[in-house]
Amino acid sequence: MQWIDVLLLTLLALTAITVVRMRGLWAAVMLMGIYSFLGASWMLILDAPDVAFTEASVGAGISTILAVATLALTTTRAKKPVQSPAIPLLVVLVTGAVLVYGTLDMPAFGDPNAPAQVYPELSYVEREPAEIDVPNVVTAVLASYRGYDTLGETTVIFTAGIGVLLLLREVRTRRRNGGER
Amino acid sequence: MTQQTILRVVAKLLIPYILLFALYVQFHGDYGPGGGFQAGVIFAAAFILYSLVFGLESARRVARPGVVEFLVALGVLVFAGTGIAAMLGGENFLDYDALDPHDPVHGQHLGILLVELGVGITVAATMIAIFFSFAGRRAEK
Repeated sequence: MQWIDVLLLTLLALTAITVVRMRGLWAAVMLMGIYSFLGASWMLILDAPDVAFTEASVGAGISTILAVATLALTTTRAKKPVQSPAIPLLVVLVTGAVLVYGTLDMPAFGDPNAPAQVYPELSYVEREPAEIDVPNVVTAVLASYRGYDTLGETTVIFTAGIGVLLLLREVRTRRRNGGER
Repeated sequence: MTQQTILRVVAKLLIPYILLFALYVQFHGDYGPGGGFQAGVIFAAAFILYSLVFGLESARRVARPGVVEFLVALGVLVFAGTGIAAMLGGENFLDYDALDPHDPVHGQHLGILLVELGVGITVAATMIAIFFSFAGRRAEK
């Protein structure tokens, strides 16, 4: 493993632990943004610039803004937990152990015999120049080969937007009616 | 609206470039990293910056909530409509080969362009709508 991998993953873990232990929410939101940027850098090292781009713009950009907007509506300090953290910690540890156990069956990173490398028979990278012919194969996969998935994702975004509008709209209308009475 | 001159001047300088970069990411997604999703978020970021510096009311005059809500739905319709256009051309749903019967590869290019545009429109409008909703609640409080 190269030193930059070790550095980035250590920083990711440190940031996550700091955010969990923190009570001041402004600083926690800023650290979450830093966490997203570290994640984006990590994905860039894994040769996934499209994902890194999304992580940087959504995770560090929009999420941070929305979290800050939420803090402006609520409070900037987290309450001290009333219950002891023992049971949640146990649940997290057990879940984490199960997940790690699940990864044991996965093929090693970069394994040429992994299903991701051998199926479908002819790789999209090889098929793409004849069928779609755009230089960024990721775009070809997202928009054409997996167009259904992307349509679904867009619908999810649409649904999320409509949900937020419905929730916050309702309050506004009710208040207006209350004023008229 | 903030009275800080430096902030306002810097924001005014930056916003056109943010919008331009969003358009670059949108339409250059075939060649480099990026696409509708990232472009939509960056486009929305320009409006959010405008709203933070010049106030929610000015931002709502630029991006009218009615128009933004219309665009939220329009993007999905453009995406699904491209799929239906492919069906009318005699292929499967979202098989862009049908968009240009003489040159399937060109049809794919056209389909990807339209679909990414749909994604970009919906993402940008949704992000702006969500931010307006959050910020609007604060103004009422």
